[in-house]
Amino acid sequence: MKLQRKSGLRALAVGAAAVSGALVLTACGSDNNSGSSSPSTGASNAAAGSIKCGSKGNLLASGSTAQQNAVNVWVKNYMQACPGTQINYKGTGSGAGVTEFLQGSTAFAGSDSALKPDQIAQSKKVCGGTGQAIDLPMVGGPIAVGYNLPGVSNLVLDAPTLAKIFNGKIVKWNDPAIAKLNPSAKLPSTAIQAFHRSDESGTTDNFTKYLIGAAGSEWPYSGGKAWQAKGGQSAQGSSGVAAQVKQTAGSIGYFELSYATAGSIPTVAVDTGASQPVQASSDNASKMIADAKVVGTGDDLSLKLDYATKADGAYPITLVTYEIVCDKGNKSATLGATKGFLSYIAGSGQQGLSGQGYAPIPAEINAKVRSTIDALS
Amino acid sequence: MSAVVQDQPRSDLRPPLAHRRLPRWAPAAVAVAAVAVACGIGAGAGLSSHLQWGLIALILFVVGTYALTSLVEGRRQAKDRVATSLVWACFILAVVPLYSLIETTVAKGVKVLDGNFLTHSMGGVITTGPGGGVYHAIIGTLEQVGLASLMAVPIGLFTAIYLVEYGRGRLAKAVTFFVDVMTGIPSIVAGLFILAFWIIILGFGYSGFAGSLALAILMMPVVVRSTEEMLKLVPNELREASLALGVPKWRTILKVVLPTSVGGILTGVMLAVARIAGETAPVLLLVFGNQLINNNPFSGAQSSLPYYVYEQYANGNDASYDRAWAAALVLIAFVMILNLLARGLARWKAPKTSGR
Amino acid sequence: MDTTPTDSLAPPAPAGKTVTRAGDRVFLGLSRGSGILLLVIMAAIAVFLTVRTISAVSQDHGNFLTTFEWNADNTPPVFGIAVLAYGTVVSSVIAMVIALPVSIGIALFISHYAPRRVASPLAYVVDLLAAVPSIVYGLWGALYLVPHMQGLTAWLDQYLGWTVVFKQSAPGTAARSLFTVGILLAIMIIPIITNVSREVFRQVPRAHEEAALALGATRWEVVRMSVLPFARSGIVSASMLGLGRALGETMAVATVLSSSPVLTAHILDPAGGTFAQNIASHFGEATDFGRDALIASGLVLFVITLLVNGAARMIIARRKEYSGAAA
Repeated sequence: MKLQRKSGLRALAVGAAAVSGALVLTACGSDNNSGSSSPSTGASNAAAGSIKCGSKGNLLASGSTAQQNAVNVWVKNYMQACPGTQINYKGTGSGAGVTEFLQGSTAFAGSDSALKPDQIAQSKKVCGGTGQAIDLPMVGGPIAVGYNLPGVSNLVLDAPTLAKIFNGKIVKWNDPAIAKLNPSAKLPSTAIQAFHRSDESGTTDNFTKYLIGAAGSEWPYSGGKAWQAKGGQSAQGSSGVAAQVKQTAGSIGYFELSYATAGSIPTVAVDTGASQPVQASSDNASKMIADAKVVGTGDDLSLKLDYATKADGAYPITLVTYEIVCDKGNKSATLGATKGFLSYIAGSGQQGLSGQGYAPIPAEINAKVRSTIDALS
Repeated sequence: MSAVVQDQPRSDLRPPLAHRRLPRWAPAAVAVAAVAVACGIGAGAGLSSHLQWGLIALILFVVGTYALTSLVEGRRQAKDRVATSLVWACFILAVVPLYSLIETTVAKGVKVLDGNFLTHSMGGVITTGPGGGVYHAIIGTLEQVGLASLMAVPIGLFTAIYLVEYGRGRLAKAVTFFVDVMTGIPSIVAGLFILAFWIIILGFGYSGFAGSLALAILMMPVVVRSTEEMLKLVPNELREASLALGVPKWRTILKVVLPTSVGGILTGVMLAVARIAGETAPVLLLVFGNQLINNNPFSGAQSSLPYYVYEQYANGNDASYDRAWAAALVLIAFVMILNLLARGLARWKAPKTSGR
Repeated sequence: MDTTPTDSLAPPAPAGKTVTRAGDRVFLGLSRGSGILLLVIMAAIAVFLTVRTISAVSQDHGNFLTTFEWNADNTPPVFGIAVLAYGTVVSSVIAMVIALPVSIGIALFISHYAPRRVASPLAYVVDLLAAVPSIVYGLWGALYLVPHMQGLTAWLDQYLGWTVVFKQSAPGTAARSLFTVGILLAIMIIPIITNVSREVFRQVPRAHEEAALALGATRWEVVRMSVLPFARSGIVSASMLGLGRALGETMAVATVLSSSPVLTAHILDPAGGTFAQNIASHFGEATDFGRDALIASGLVLFVITLLVNGAARMIIARRKEYSGAAA
């Protein structure tokens, strides 16, 4: 047996050399992607011109994945216009976003649902004792019901039928209830494979809120972020549900409109009792939000939608996402940048949202949001 | 093992030299015949799944080999042949999915993998559009995994040495027990623990270091477990010989025990590094994630490769899927390079023993 | 430091009383300190888990052990681990039943059967596969394995449906079942078990094997009589590492399994859940209390791992005489 001296040390040295070598090799990275071949959408570029920058700072924010694509574009434009500010929005889910905000780790949170009373009470701790957390409606969007039914297009469903499908009461595509709504379609006799989210999500919450509000006794569950009905199959994330619907014939599932557009999945038009079945689109979702009522107290601007609406062109399966900040007592290090960023997204940032499958907040509510942002301290 | 079985049969068996052997091409012939018959049966019976064809071929091959060999060479040889074919079958069975996995990753990963991808961050890139890169995540992974290894490897190594070389009594039993428990910590729980302890109670902000603390917790038991196993395999004769020459125990461990098992220890460490390099949850909780380059692991949010893959996968559009696969490929390549280094070191450092 | 020859006849392994030299003392201190540090970390984690668990479980309006659904964020919270425990155990058992023999086969192939030229690149590839991050297994599983499992699932349902276990309640649904998860986990842990087993097989003293060969043993007999018994403890350890990963696997399970709060004996049905998958699915939207509830489920996973490891330790202890060192 031949022993070598100092083998450990030498091994360590070689390892260190390798690691530092690797670091040196890759130490030529860059954050600047403007030269690369990423075509930016015209709408967002046009919006980038009119940004009034807040003071510099490093913003951490997290929450809703539903608004992530919108925030992504906002952050890109804002950081281009305001060098010296870094904004970092992490789409982990509304619950985690609110939790992190209430721990005082982030400057603001994005959420698909308004704060609960106990959360507002809890927020006084992070809002410097004087203020409390408020909901600012920032962007809305339609939740599309996508389907995969070869040979059938322009499927129309109404709330009770949707409820029965997702509750396992209607199991075949040629069920009389579906046939009645689609007299001209050739419906197959295959089984319906209904997909829902396996993870908790605001999308499920808003979808089931609609079913509760519009389908009445056909949806006998209390709602919430976790799926409650029995039966059906599940998948992780909106991307997972969309992928399953795309690859499974005879399937139906719900996800944000952008996933349907990205995957070219046909979506259900909803028969709300209006003169015509309503398609899932940004404009139609905006019409839905236009009729919303502010139910928050004080500076809190949380909205309540009327899911049973029969207004023409109002798409009822719509969600509104909020930014959550303190009304008073925001951390001084991040206040300036937070105000600057939020003013931008509530102002010129609202333009160009519909190109991405989102719905801007109607002017009346938006005006309140902007004055609230100006008063943040 | 190439010079196997220069049969010197025991006296109670058949007389020597009278061994009839199957010709060398026999296994191949049986295999071909098995596949042919299986295809015949499959096509004849109208079985649609090619999986069934494969299974039938496999069964036919094993049975055929056994029958033929036991007829010609005897039962012990037949068992040996069956064992050999089963081992080969295991190998083929496992290689198919694993090959498919690698092939998929490479085929999908090379689409956007280029110099630009490796040297740019996601700064200013719209997630639904193409472009952007993985540089910030590479830096994050390098630093976080490096820091975690710096903490976990020495502790794990020394703990294993303690358990094998010194371990007696209650403390050693307790350590063994808790190392076992530690292997069962779900990564998100380790992340939550550090979150509560480091970020909420002690008030440090999100940073790469916070992530590496959680990664170190996940890494330690793997290092201890595999190192312990390798140290146990060092023959006691070696230790005794060294001690008998008057070498102190610590030098014996350092100069005899560790070098003898360095190959196995490095394999264990690499397994541990591989495990933590692919962890998403602690990074999500503790490092926060970042679109921009942050070279300082001790302050500010960072990204990491598995987090990047997860993030891009969750975005759910074609451009982000491409980035996810490419980043996965980068991650595999990263671990592969580390692995190569470790193996080189092991070969270079390991004493030339009589082993294979 | 100083190597006084007076100590040279000291007995080798049992430590403690004969440690007098400074170097030895430092070394013993370092290694004992590491062990203690590990204990402290574990104790801290255990305390953390237990405190959070107690606060969560005490407010559970369902029975924590027997409730099927997981609604920790509702008021009142109702959550339980029955489905999760079942799904975790079933998928891990499937994974181990498949992975263990196959891994030992591959490890033997590399160490004893394959020609040298094939063996070392192969060993390298297997090392590499152990490094593939689980999210990649998840992507691959959802995109490739699930569609390819459709045939096997239908086949099992058709020919083995009478066993109840392999019955599919609704034939034709996607193969996103516990069974598929088990197979994916098996594919994930095969490289891990193979790696460690292979390393152990290589350490089998050459003399043992040569002795067997000299007695006229066939290659299989050598393996069975000298390699496997020697490597037994190592194989058990390797399996524990693999099992640990299978039990705690998150992303791969979450992307492949169609989870639901249903406990069924039909393992081909798209139903069930595992601890880690459940944590991943609910974490993003969990409130503080919801996190505590998820941590409670993590503690149960812990206990399961503990029981399995304890059993493995007992197996190793019974066969200690084959181990190389006396330690």
